[in-house]
Amino acid sequence: MSDHLDRREFVKIVTAALGTIMGAIVGLPAIGYLISPALRVQKNEDWISVGPLEKYPVGKPTLFSFTRSKVNGWEKTVNSYGVYVVRTSETEYTIFSNMCTHLSCRVNWKDEAQEYICPCHDGHFGQDGSVTAGPPPKPLIRYEETKIEDGNLMFFFKES
Amino acid sequence: MAERVFTWLDERLGLTAIYNTVLDRKVPKVNWWYTLGSASLFLFVIQAVTGMFLTVYYVPSPDHAYDSVQYIMNGVAFGWLIRGIHHWGASLMVLFVFIHMLRTFFFGAYKYPREVTWLTGVFLLLTTLGMGFTGYLLPWNQRAYWATTVGTEIPGTAPFIGSFIERILRGGTDLSAVTLARFFAVHIWFLPAIILLLIAVHMYLVIRLGISNIPKEGE
Ligand code: HEM
Ligand code: FES
Repeated sequence: MSDHLDRREFVKIVTAALGTIMGAIVGLPAIGYLISPALRVQKNEDWISVGPLEKYPVGKPTLFSFTRSKVNGWEKTVNSYGVYVVRTSETEYTIFSNMCTHLSCRVNWKDEAQEYICPCHDGHFGQDGSVTAGPPPKPLIRYEETKIEDGNLMFFFKES
Repeated sequence: MAERVFTWLDERLGLTAIYNTVLDRKVPKVNWWYTLGSASLFLFVIQAVTGMFLTVYYVPSPDHAYDSVQYIMNGVAFGWLIRGIHHWGASLMVLFVFIHMLRTFFFGAYKYPREVTWLTGVFLLLTTLGMGFTGYLLPWNQRAYWATTVGTEIPGTAPFIGSFIERILRGGTDLSAVTLARFFAVHIWFLPAIILLLIAVHMYLVIRLGISNIPKEGE
């Protein structure tokens, strides 16, 4: 055989090359189409404003509720969340999630008991968030990152 | 090595025999009109594949159908491309199948011994049109809704059984979630299955009987 391509060989190579290019043109969009929702990562953390500090009385945990919406494909889900803003003094404050650390029910602050009480399995938490009675394994979640911006108290919310 | 694997397989599966009967068969001297059947087949494959991809995101329910189509168009990478191909492919397929029928008619290819090929062809045309009719409703937009309202009213005007047929098509008196669900089922399961079967018989006959000649003058 001579060292230049014969006709048969040439046709083979051209067919393979064209086949690969066409396969890529068809295949890559197809793969992109299938995996594209997986490439969209939704932000599940953000700064949330709870309004001016003055809104919250000193010494009494006060509930602040907010909603966040998520878009998955053609569906929009709105989730509601709650936090307790606790002003321990004129300048100091703590923000707790109202989600029970046992099985995620919402706890309520009871003035009479001076405790957060979970309606589901009677978990109790003290004003500082620590577990005082019942099945919850951990203290209430505390949002450590806070700031005051334009007179509004903000905290950095992370979805658990 | 590859050759030995092939020989081993060929001996057991008869690949060469399949190749020879299906692709290497004798064909008279023909012209471009004879490619329309293969073009129809190609379009059917395209429709089947793009259709499968569309079902990945499409939801056949009145509260999500429209939004899911919007999502395919704007939210998914290349969704516009896949839907576009399916959309235009649908019209093109009807067109090609129809011209293919005209070609076999005018060339007298439906005559003995190809009557059954023609008959399966007639059903292929009807089922292809059925695909267009059922597919049109699926985006669940105003145009789809009213087109189907009118489209199902037409058989409704037939005497005696008309309104009964209309109710079967709609799955009730009105166009509803039931209509959408059954149009979807017919569009993606029933008709494609029937078309596949018809194509199998059609192609078997084309291969078995061979392609007819271009008729000569006076024939
Ligand atoms: C999904 C639709 C269809 C597909 C995929 C299809 C496919 C084919 C193919 C690949 C051939 C080989 C020869 C050629 O391409 O001309 C053929 C031949 C034939 N088709 Fe179709 N066809 C379809 C619809 C129809 C329709 C609607 C009719 C007529 C009512 C028809 C009647 C025929 C006849 C009579 C032949 C034999 C032609 C000959 O021997 O010269 N087909 N078909
Ligand atoms: S969920 Fe709160 S105590 Fe069980």
